[in-house]
Amino acid sequence: MAKKLMKGCEAIGEAAIRAGCKLFFGYPITPQNEIPEYLAHRLPQVGGTFVQAESEVAASNMIYGAAGTGERVFTSSSSPGISLMQEAVSYMAGSELPVVIVNIMRAGPGLGGILPSQADYLQATKGGGHGDYSAIVLAPWSVQEAADLMGDAFDLADYYRNPVLVLGDGLIGQMMEPVEFPERRVPIKPLEPKTWASNGWQGARPRAVINSLYLDADTLEKHNQDLQAKYATMRRDEVRWKGYGLDQDCDVLVIAYGTVARVCLTAAEEMRESGVKVGILRPITLYPFPYAAIREAAAKAKSVLVVELSAGQMLQDVQIAMAGARPIHFHGRTGGNLVTPEDAAVKMRDVAEGRSVEVQHV
Amino acid sequence: MSSANGAAAVEAPAREGTQVFRYPEALLDVTTHYCPGCTHGVIHRMVSEVLDELGVRQRTVGVSPVGCAVLAYNYFATDMQEASHGRAPAVATGIKRARPDLVVFTYQGDGDLASIGMSEILHCANRGEKVTVVFVNNAIYGMTGGQMAPTTMPGQITTTTPLGRDVSLAGEPIRMAELISTLHTPGFVARGAVHRPLESVRTKDLLRRAFTYQVEGRCFSLVEILSTCPTNWGLPPGEACEWLEKNMVPYYPLGVFKTPEAGDRAPRPL
Repeated sequence: MAKKLMKGCEAIGEAAIRAGCKLFFGYPITPQNEIPEYLAHRLPQVGGTFVQAESEVAASNMIYGAAGTGERVFTSSSSPGISLMQEAVSYMAGSELPVVIVNIMRAGPGLGGILPSQADYLQATKGGGHGDYSAIVLAPWSVQEAADLMGDAFDLADYYRNPVLVLGDGLIGQMMEPVEFPERRVPIKPLEPKTWASNGWQGARPRAVINSLYLDADTLEKHNQDLQAKYATMRRDEVRWKGYGLDQDCDVLVIAYGTVARVCLTAAEEMRESGVKVGILRPITLYPFPYAAIREAAAKAKSVLVVELSAGQMLQDVQIAMAGARPIHFHGRTGGNLVTPEDAAVKMRDVAEGRSVEVQHV
Repeated sequence: MSSANGAAAVEAPAREGTQVFRYPEALLDVTTHYCPGCTHGVIHRMVSEVLDELGVRQRTVGVSPVGCAVLAYNYFATDMQEASHGRAPAVATGIKRARPDLVVFTYQGDGDLASIGMSEILHCANRGEKVTVVFVNNAIYGMTGGQMAPTTMPGQITTTTPLGRDVSLAGEPIRMAELISTLHTPGFVARGAVHRPLESVRTKDLLRRAFTYQVEGRCFSLVEILSTCPTNWGLPPGEACEWLEKNMVPYYPLGVFKTPEAGDRAPRPL
């Protein structure tokens, strides 16, 4: 199929449809309104259903109900709306429901602002809602990758019977880039029929009960152990990252994800021309996080630099990965301000030439 | 074969007949957790009988709430989903929109539906979702131990209104059936009770009508059912039924508040 110029939000909506998702429930919030708007006109064309919910609380519970029937379903929102959905995300993890949730992150805390941010990293990767659970978190760096990861997200959700979050900053949602959709998608995982779905009990299978309530402590602990085993499998099999310039020793190893990684790549190329060797490792899955890959890449680097649109959230995971093996430096912008290639280049040079103060271990 | 006194048993003559009473297929034959004297069991049975009579059990998905009926998924012989507190109408919306061929019902109490879930029930009704809501109003939070509900009567003593509900601070009890019936969207909204056999018979008819509207793809339907909570009201079951009739029925009148038939929609100003 020919490439088409699309806004990130629209590409996300189209990719979902092409992954067989015909159901969307959502509530307006900037900067992701183009996702529900696109689907409101597009889903009826393909026999799908669009529902504008009365709140993010309702939207997240609607996808709970829809996913419980075994159909593919997704919702999208932005940071404050995602906070409202956290209870349902915990229920969906506890009930093992496959759903996809897109968060086009805006700056916080509170109502914050509508400009791009990556400050929901900890909420997304460390649970967000109550209880011991994890969701796979995918972080695209381009419109094309956002479209590709949407398809993967549905396959991963179905395979693991678990919520999958697609975490994009405001730039991913709002920028336009050429995007190409495959003529025919092949699932990235072997997918079984959803015999667990609650879609009418005919008697051929056990009665389907979508539920996360276990009043007996031992039963609930066993349920938790099963969930933890599943998360361990995700951590073993689903780690994704990409490296740039990691084949040789470098002065600075930059860890960045999403659009920030693209900005850093531009800066790194300039640095190399001026003699400072910079490698970049870009996590694509934020959960599971590429701890081992970072440790390995850092072995060939003098210092590590984390760059984020936050006050230092992924930084904590990099600190865990490094366990003090290398000095770690940090550059973050908040409030909706971006990291420019010039900022990133200055910081890389400062780190390489000893003018940057390393982050103290917590 | 011989009888207890050793005499030869006389074979009873075979009689033609129809079985008129049986355990509902839509109700699992299990022991429930409900308190002695609680009327949830009556309502469970009536819902199950209606599902049987309409022949829809095998394509029904029920949604249980948070509250006394939280474990309803263990009692109905249908596929079930357990919703978070108050969100059953949103969950039901998701199920019905995903699979319009399914019959979907929620079973909710007054705290779940009229307090934390007020937004979800009103918008579900207002979208005209083709689902059926069974709303059990017993004027108190049962599962958590007898706290004030939005439907608690003025002066009624609960664990959080130890001196009785003070309407100057807590407001008047909310009449959900009346409130929902003000929505312009067509729907079936009614209120019944289960404190006397006659009322139970009438309420079952309301439930049958409510599910029928859904099965026919007509409209949203809700039946509010006045129910007793002997444990948290601190009354024996019989007295609880009398208390319901004396205190609740005058404030929560029984009847049909809204039907989707022509003429029931108030004129809308342009």
